Amino acid sequence: MTEQERIQKQRTERTAPAHDDVSVDVTKGDQLKADLDDLLDEIDEVLEENAEEFVRNYIQKGGE
Amino acid sequence: MAIPKVLGIETEYGIAGGPELDPIVASSIVVNAYAQQGRTRVNWDFEGETPDLDARGLPSLTSFAPVVETHLANTVLTNGARLYVDHAHPEYSSPECRTPFEATLYDAAGEEVMRRALLVANESMAAHQSINLYKNNSDGKGNSYGCHENYLITRDMEFGHVVRAMVPHFVSRQIIVGAGKVGAETKYGLESSPAFQLSQRAEFFEEVVGLETTLKRPIINTRDEPHCDAERFRRLHVIIGDANMSQVATMVKLGATSLLLSVLEDRGADVFPSLPRHPVQAVRAFALDTTLTQTVACEDGRQRSAWDFQDELWHLANDYANLYGAQAVADEDEVQVILSQWREMLDGVRDNADAVADRVDWVAKLRILRGYQGRYDLGEGDAKLRAIDLQYHDLRSERSLAQRVGLRSLFDSDKVREAVHNPPTSTRAYFRGQCVARYPDQIVAANWDSVVFDLGQGPLQRVPMMDPMRGTAALTKDLLETCPTADDLLERLDR
Repeated sequence: MTEQERIQKQRTERTAPAHDDVSVDVTKGDQLKADLDDLLDEIDEVLEENAEEFVRNYIQKGGE
Repeated sequence: MAIPKVLGIETEYGIAGGPELDPIVASSIVVNAYAQQGRTRVNWDFEGETPDLDARGLPSLTSFAPVVETHLANTVLTNGARLYVDHAHPEYSSPECRTPFEATLYDAAGEEVMRRALLVANESMAAHQSINLYKNNSDGKGNSYGCHENYLITRDMEFGHVVRAMVPHFVSRQIIVGAGKVGAETKYGLESSPAFQLSQRAEFFEEVVGLETTLKRPIINTRDEPHCDAERFRRLHVIIGDANMSQVATMVKLGATSLLLSVLEDRGADVFPSLPRHPVQAVRAFALDTTLTQTVACEDGRQRSAWDFQDELWHLANDYANLYGAQAVADEDEVQVILSQWREMLDGVRDNADAVADRVDWVAKLRILRGYQGRYDLGEGDAKLRAIDLQYHDLRSERSLAQRVGLRSLFDSDKVREAVHNPPTSTRAYFRGQCVARYPDQIVAANWDSVVFDLGQGPLQRVPMMDPMRGTAALTKDLLETCPTADDLLERLDR
């Protein structure tokens, strides 16, 4: 699967059915990923390659 | 009787990239990209903006009044929201909503608006200038930007009662709705060099009550700018909150706060838990304690943890809903969902964090941080951990970690897409959004409490909307549908 397909798939899996009546229940989302290892593998794939530079360059002006 | 808790969220997004890494330029590019591809180019109207008025009625001699910038990109969307550049951030202010669930939907719509804006903006940018957005509240270097909530409350109550009632909630709610943060970044926070904090924002708060939002941030903000009939209403402007990636957290944040404000209006401030003796120290200390055991001294002589405060507040809200119905917040079913989620998250963070890692942002974030740290044996403060923290909030699907940790969602993508374009039907945002969609060429400007028309001849005509509960679909849909032009509409309104 390409990266795009994989994300699409995850999105589909994680999208719950629509409720016109918002009050029914909190839509059952996905089960928490039981396997943290899979999740960490995924993080490895998408984490910015140069973490140090990425973090250093993330500078914001204050807001509000 | 508590008045309807009309509410909304304004979110400033963190921004990276763009030409010469100038955040103001990048923010303008993002906002303009969306405005120009959309159906609207209606400008925001600054008439009536008074961010320097103080709810305590005091002249603000020692306060720095907020500055309203009128020259930056600023637009009104067909869903009734405002999209603009605030200081050096793109900001989405949701339309006024009638219930916490609806306001959560329009916050999700705001994320989608930003995602689309980003796509359009980046189409015209060279790859090395590509812009990214982050739904977070700090850069880890001492700069914070806000995610503010707004609630309609009655004018018929001394502001001191709001302070008395709401401080316990605002210092303690972070244990369930905090977004989590690696490390610390203020003088105070760095003193205890924490590996992790529950809240992005807690360490930035320095006062209990005040007018400022950018300096000496207060737990209770007194900005008295109701954007509606000031004789009848206040808008409580809540600045002490994190931007949540979890939709359930957003709903509980809004729902719990709305319920407690209704309790305050119907039962008064005396039924609330005692205040911490030192609220600023309390909010900071609670943020530093992932074990949730830290207690603080209260004015009644007792010691309370953040969990204790939230437990008392939940019981207060639950009893109120049972006795009074909480119609001011939402219908019974929605109120029950808010209360049950609030309860589950509260019990979960203390007894079984994994069970709420699909709803509580700080728990979800800490879980992957600890996992990653263990796998690679990383020291505290490792750049990779800080990168994970930032990327949790990345709006891009290909980078977002929040989209990968298994957070529950409340709405499917069709519902969010609908909310990107269409206003809520339940408040005056309906009239604003519909006017912008139907008569874009005749509207010169709009803001929260009015729409200004230019019919081409004669003076500009302002249609005031001083009551947030008027201008709903129920009251104006027929009128709008039978008025093909703005001329027709104004003629009918004149009669």
